[in-house]
Amino acid sequence: MGKRILAILVEDRPGVLTRVSGLFSRRGYNIQNIAVGRTMEPGVSRMTVTVEADPITVEQIVKQLNKQINVLKISDLTDEPSVARELLLVKVKADPVKRSDIQQMVNTFRARIIDVSPDSMIVEVTGDDEKLKAFLLMMQEFGIKEIASTGKVALYRGNKLTRETRC
Amino acid sequence: MKLTGAEMVLSCLEAEKVDVVFGFPGGSVLTLYDEIYKKGLRHILSRHEQGAIHAADGYARASGKPGVVIATSGPGATNLVTGIATAYMDSIPLVVITGQVARPFIGTDAFQEADITGITLPITKHNYLVKEIEELPGIFKEAFFIASTGRQGPVLIDLPKDLQVEEGEFRYPHQIEIYGYRPTYEGHAGQISKALALIKKARKPLIYAGGGVITSGAHQELMELSQTGTIPVTTTLTGMGSIPYDYELFLGMPGMHGTYAANHAINESDLLITIGARFDDRVTGKIEHFAPHARIIHIDIDPAEIGKNIVADIPIVGDVRMVLKEILKRFKSGETEDWCKKIQEWKAAHPLRYKQTEPGCLKPQFVIEELDRLSDGDAIVTTDVGQHQMWTAQYFRFKQPRTLITSGGLGTMGYGFPAAIGAQVAFPGQLVICIAGDGSFQMNSQELATAVHYQIPVKVAIINNKYLGMVRQWQKMFYGGRYSQTSMDGSPDFVRLAEAYGAKGYRATTVEEVGPVIEKAFNTPGPVLMDFHVDPEENVLPMVAPNTSIVEMIGGDE
Repeated sequence: MGKRILAILVEDRPGVLTRVSGLFSRRGYNIQNIAVGRTMEPGVSRMTVTVEADPITVEQIVKQLNKQINVLKISDLTDEPSVARELLLVKVKADPVKRSDIQQMVNTFRARIIDVSPDSMIVEVTGDDEKLKAFLLMMQEFGIKEIASTGKVALYRGNKLTRETRC
Repeated sequence: MKLTGAEMVLSCLEAEKVDVVFGFPGGSVLTLYDEIYKKGLRHILSRHEQGAIHAADGYARASGKPGVVIATSGPGATNLVTGIATAYMDSIPLVVITGQVARPFIGTDAFQEADITGITLPITKHNYLVKEIEELPGIFKEAFFIASTGRQGPVLIDLPKDLQVEEGEFRYPHQIEIYGYRPTYEGHAGQISKALALIKKARKPLIYAGGGVITSGAHQELMELSQTGTIPVTTTLTGMGSIPYDYELFLGMPGMHGTYAANHAINESDLLITIGARFDDRVTGKIEHFAPHARIIHIDIDPAEIGKNIVADIPIVGDVRMVLKEILKRFKSGETEDWCKKIQEWKAAHPLRYKQTEPGCLKPQFVIEELDRLSDGDAIVTTDVGQHQMWTAQYFRFKQPRTLITSGGLGTMGYGFPAAIGAQVAFPGQLVICIAGDGSFQMNSQELATAVHYQIPVKVAIINNKYLGMVRQWQKMFYGGRYSQTSMDGSPDFVRLAEAYGAKGYRATTVEEVGPVIEKAFNTPGPVLMDFHVDPEENVLPMVAPNTSIVEMIGGDE
């Protein structure tokens, strides 16, 4: 079992997210992570779904997804050269005495402080799994109050596209 | 041309050559029903929405055309759910039209509001909530197209009440392109070559054919493949009729209540040619022990069926008829003489049989045999679900495709009688027999009113054992004979029930009475109910206990 990253291009219609996520849950596949957003093409959205499953299960997931009328294209980016990133907002305890330590850690991780209040800060950080894990570990020392994350988005490296544009 | 939403629906149905719809009116489809009234579209009014959708399903299975059903919003729509799931599991083309509350009320828990597109998401091939009048013609075109192409299935269209009176420009599209929907019909040439090589090399090949053969109309090609290669054939419950029962290489049904020959052939085969079937657990038994010596060719129109339950050596995605035609072009003969000899020995030594325990005791299998004999097997037979369904598959000698209409995948009790009404609407001149259990029949017995209302001459044969027989059988075999909630005490006198509705009813309680009752029923015009009081403790045999190998067969062999 390993993590697979699927890029799913869907028609931007009401209920399409439910169709896709519902299919995962009712066939017993667990979504770890999901991100939905626009593409260059009007009316087409891109869902990036991370699932933990063996290759046979993933094949079945892809086939079931393909049967959805509103699903246009599915790409498994896992074994191809690709980049994946996730954006994380971390609200961290920040007594005035700790602020400079936090600032230093933020610089090291090339993160950004985007809000400061008397006893907390919000830090924005982008990266792959490893980096975010490491960053959270460091922030735990100061005390994390809350986090929010976007879910992972991914693209192939180089010239390869998840699909040729329709024209 | 400007039309109202309701007028558009009628025009769309006309464009799709729909000449009959099944349904039940209500608040949110009043305008649509007013239009049906004005246009004089043929409409069969059921007595429960579930009756309407099973009838539309029976119509579709008998005729091959999509069945159309209409119901109102809320409870009307939710009453369709079992019928939609039934059609979805067996890949039956339906277009389901439901009313919805007016657009401004959607999401407010309005009177008779239910989120039917949400509810039916997992049991439709696709569904639509029409939001704008301009979308309506395109959605209908897509719905009929999606329902009746690729792997067929039910498509639902939810139609808000206010949209039915709104006017819009109507133009029915002749052609459509759905970017995310492109079924594969032609099999991959390379895969077909590989399959051919395996078929030619096989010494113990076996064809395992399912409902896909019937949907794609491939029964002749199936027969040709079997004859050319001298390859024995077993067909699943939904594939029944694709091969005539008396064909010498036909082995009957495989699986839980399959024949000895079919199950042992699967067990010893060196090549399983799977055609439009999906390795259901009722067929495979314990999947790890299924076809242990066989390479597997799997031909199916749905790529998601390939590798779902079993890994195929040669998968071929495509329409089974087109794929078989390609295979037949390059297939001349097979070497299967020893194998067929063995199969014939199995068939001769282990036929399906039942014991006449004591004189005068009426056996359910005998009733099925008599229905078959007196109809000369020339009938459309529908069933409910349970023991009588399995006995029908075992003892009725089907000759033609689309003559057994039964809920295979979902196993829906109450399906058979309304489905028979639908089949009879498709073929008014044909003998249509509904073989039902006393338990199942009561789940939709209100449809007697529908049959009488339209004088639909369905002949219902109730195999009355005063139990939920199949559940009782499992309780007997696996639950220490504790008959928990399976007695049907309190059931009505079915003959008088039929008469109360204005149908004819006849009863047989002895072996001698069976033939005359059936003859009388077949010769009586209009709907007739036959009530056969059979041995209450008879079991369906042989039987394979769940999750064991299909050659570990219990009984049926003494």
